[in-house]
Amino acid sequence: MIKKIGNLNKNKIISRRLFVLVAAKIALIGIVTSRLYNLQISQKQKYEVLSDKNRIREWKTPPQRGIITDYFNNVIADNQRVYQVHLSLEEVSNFNNSIFKLKNIISLKEDEIKKIYEKKEKSKPWDTLIISENLSWKEFSKLNLYLHELDGAKPVLSTSRYYPYSNDLVHVVGYVGDATTQDIQNKKKIEENFVPGLKVGKIGIENSKDTDLIGNHGTKRYEVNASGKKISEISYNKETQGENLRTTIDLEIQQLAQELLKNQAGSICVMDIYTGEVITMASSPTYDPNKFTHGISTKDWNEIKNNKLRPLLNKSLAGLYSPGSTIKPLVALAALEYGIIDQKFKVNCKGHDHPYELYGERYHCWKKNGHGWMSMRNAIKQSCDIYFYEVARLLGVDKLSLIAKRYGLGSKVLEDFFSEEKKGIVPSTKWKKQVLEQSWYLGETVITGIGQGYIQTTPLQLCLMTAQLANGGFKIKPNLIYDKEIDLDIIKSKIESEKNKTVSQNILKDHEFKYYERLYRNPNNLKLVLDAMYGSTNEQFGTSFRSRHKEDKYKFAGKTGTSQVKRITDQDRELDLDLEEIEYKSRDHALFIAFAPYNKPRYSLSVLIEHGGSGSKAAAPIANKLIKKILDRHELREKIRKDLKNIA
Amino acid sequence: MILSTSLNSTSYSFIDKLKAVDYFLITIVAIIGSMSVFSIYSTESGYFSFYTKNHLTRFIVFFSMFLVISFVRVSFWYRQAYIFYILGTLLLLLVIFFGISASGSKRWINLFIMNLQPSELMKIAIIVCFARYYHRIQSSDIQSYKYLLQPIILLLIPCYLVITQPDLGTAILIAGSGLAIIWLAGLNLKYFVYSGLILLVSLPFVISILKPYQKSRILTFFNPDRDPLGAGYQIIQSKIAIGSGGLLGKGFLQGTQSYLEFLPEKHTDFIFTLFSEEFGFVGSLVLILLYALLIYRIIRIGFLCRSFFAKLYCFGFASALFLYIFVNIAMVVGLLPIVGAPLPIMSYGGSSMLSIMLGLGIVMSCKIYSRDPIGN
Repeated sequence: MIKKIGNLNKNKIISRRLFVLVAAKIALIGIVTSRLYNLQISQKQKYEVLSDKNRIREWKTPPQRGIITDYFNNVIADNQRVYQVHLSLEEVSNFNNSIFKLKNIISLKEDEIKKIYEKKEKSKPWDTLIISENLSWKEFSKLNLYLHELDGAKPVLSTSRYYPYSNDLVHVVGYVGDATTQDIQNKKKIEENFVPGLKVGKIGIENSKDTDLIGNHGTKRYEVNASGKKISEISYNKETQGENLRTTIDLEIQQLAQELLKNQAGSICVMDIYTGEVITMASSPTYDPNKFTHGISTKDWNEIKNNKLRPLLNKSLAGLYSPGSTIKPLVALAALEYGIIDQKFKVNCKGHDHPYELYGERYHCWKKNGHGWMSMRNAIKQSCDIYFYEVARLLGVDKLSLIAKRYGLGSKVLEDFFSEEKKGIVPSTKWKKQVLEQSWYLGETVITGIGQGYIQTTPLQLCLMTAQLANGGFKIKPNLIYDKEIDLDIIKSKIESEKNKTVSQNILKDHEFKYYERLYRNPNNLKLVLDAMYGSTNEQFGTSFRSRHKEDKYKFAGKTGTSQVKRITDQDRELDLDLEEIEYKSRDHALFIAFAPYNKPRYSLSVLIEHGGSGSKAAAPIANKLIKKILDRHELREKIRKDLKNIA
Repeated sequence: MILSTSLNSTSYSFIDKLKAVDYFLITIVAIIGSMSVFSIYSTESGYFSFYTKNHLTRFIVFFSMFLVISFVRVSFWYRQAYIFYILGTLLLLLVIFFGISASGSKRWINLFIMNLQPSELMKIAIIVCFARYYHRIQSSDIQSYKYLLQPIILLLIPCYLVITQPDLGTAILIAGSGLAIIWLAGLNLKYFVYSGLILLVSLPFVISILKPYQKSRILTFFNPDRDPLGAGYQIIQSKIAIGSGGLLGKGFLQGTQSYLEFLPEKHTDFIFTLFSEEFGFVGSLVLILLYALLIYRIIRIGFLCRSFFAKLYCFGFASALFLYIFVNIAMVVGLLPIVGAPLPIMSYGGSSMLSIMLGLGIVMSCKIYSRDPIGN
């Protein structure tokens, strides 16, 4: 009985204790369930995002750059197929070993290998490394032959920038290279579309129009596993090619210009005097932009850098030169506009024995025996220095400076396209006080009258100045990319209406001019100057008479210039050495400005030959050949212009 | 009267036995078993290969074993209880000398047909042993020091052997199962309170003797982001998998976390994570409910049994089973540190399956021979 009671008691205890345990179990199940609820219901979104982050990885695909053409749709910057080898890091078992094998197959140089290791340091373990961007077909086929031994190596067909007219357009188009950290920081478009291996413009149009040219990168989304291996492609948002650009350049004229400048340092600029389209902008010597696409070799770079003729300098807009006598039409125009002289004003040029004198300082004409009595027309035609010393003295540097700036000197022409462009110097009394903190001397005015002294211009500015004289004295908008907003007929009608406008009192004061606004007071003054330029080229004793075209349709008007590099001493004058006898660096720069055809002007040009000697001998003959070509291609260009207008 | 009837009714006809079988329990086990086969199939991304084949074979073999053991008289287990315990302890000692090592711990012995993990067997042995031990002790004697000390020694020996393997998880489960029976037998609450306090006080000391990986697991438990790619990785990935499953889950074979190998140990300790990712909150609740039903059925059988041995065994096994399940799920949802405890029936692993089926077999035997008085 005792046992029975004991057993009953024991049974009771066990049941009671079990009850406690079951209660505890229910409580614990409750805890686990609420935890599951918390994870799967309350925080579902958070964990879904985390799960997607785990499994989805994005790869950016590089966009293709837009193509650049000349005005006639010739491709001047293209995308070319290239053979590359990429290394997928996640598939490489031994990196050093892979590089060693690759080195033997595709002949990598030591500095290239160093760069690869540097790149690898910055890469993530699932990244793809570009080992070589541009393999020859031979290397590429060899690589494919040994591919089974190279884990992770991938032969890739890609595209890269190619400039079919290599040297001819580098100063216009520029070149591309790898995006640097700075490029990425400076341009939002590059930052947004950055993909390893992305090429960006370094100079020229490639650089200034990068935002249009780059295009948009694509995105490939892959599902990856825990070790980062791609399992499947989820989506592919295709990349888009950058905008194609049509420049205003005429490839044939550009090529001729480069040919004419061959083996010399210099520049040729050609412009449409109404539309402001830059038709040619040649600078010599040049270099091959294709060398920069995949990173230039040290040897090639040194060769370019150490060339004494400075190929890297875009002489058309970053080279500064004294304009020399090419400024004379402008000086004459200024004096006429301000009424300082009239066309009958005469000065006697008596040769080196009786130079122009001012406060004991003597100023010589270039012509040893003198020109005799010179009128304005003759002075421009024969480029008499004495005449312009006197005119400049009478005019004063500040008035000259005002007119010079108005016609395009002293400010950048294609600022939107070239960051390296220089604005030059158009001196005035105020300028000298501010910059040099000295007062102006009258002697400085005198030499400014023949384009020497402080005055500094770029060949492109001289071309623009000539254009704005030749178009009858209207401000134009220089341009390098075809712009349908700039319409020849509209410009011409605007100019026509400007001509008849009554001139404002302020025309001779310093003020901002709008595009296509008239820049002159009296149209006759301009006509006189242009007529004198005609004489300079087409009449005997004119400085560029030997470079004239006899055929009417090619007839042009020009002005030579010879810009001194150093002061001419009496001894130099005595020696009167031939060009070949002077040290290269001391020879004068040869300049020439012109517009054509004379009857119905349409194009302006400037030619500069560094240390070429006199403008009439070195620069004007180049203009002769060039103008023929320009005018021969005029019809064709107008046809394209019409076609483009119709499309728009 | 009651006593005499029970003494006389120790013979059973075959029909009686078949009638006594708890078919509901067998059905639940079969359902969980099939779910486990599908889950293992999913860990292999839907290929019927190595793990799935092995798991299916083991389930079939051990499930049959469970049915066979059901018909072994419960008195057999009563008689052999201490032998079972000693055998288990000997096997644990054998592990020290002839054990197979894997990932830094020595837990298995090679039995040619399978690698046996004796600690899994010990989980059942300790319950059988303690059920027998307390079967005869009067409740008035339980509080005496003699009867307090003996089971504690019996418990400490296997726990120590398992901890040194090292396998903290299984040791905790063995200790938990033993303590559950001591509790059921009626040991005064104060002893539990006292020992709990002592454990708390000695915790810093215990932590100092833990292996570095165990320490880091515990530290990581309190802050998984401490080392997201190392020790915290498992728990972070497990939570991501479960959380992203949502209400209804990503669907069978669609669990990206496991399919893309973000989930570690997905066939063993983290099988619940995979299941939960694919079948969501609803699926998880269904699985938990199935386990709850299983435990309920076992407890119910306990109530039907006359002998204390059978009662203590059933209640003890039910509690142990609950403990295994709770520790595993709590671990993968981030409520407990990762200690390495499989989910009964669901997880891949022969020894675990063997011990659960053995345990269930004894439960069923308790049911079939419920009227056996045992041992007086």
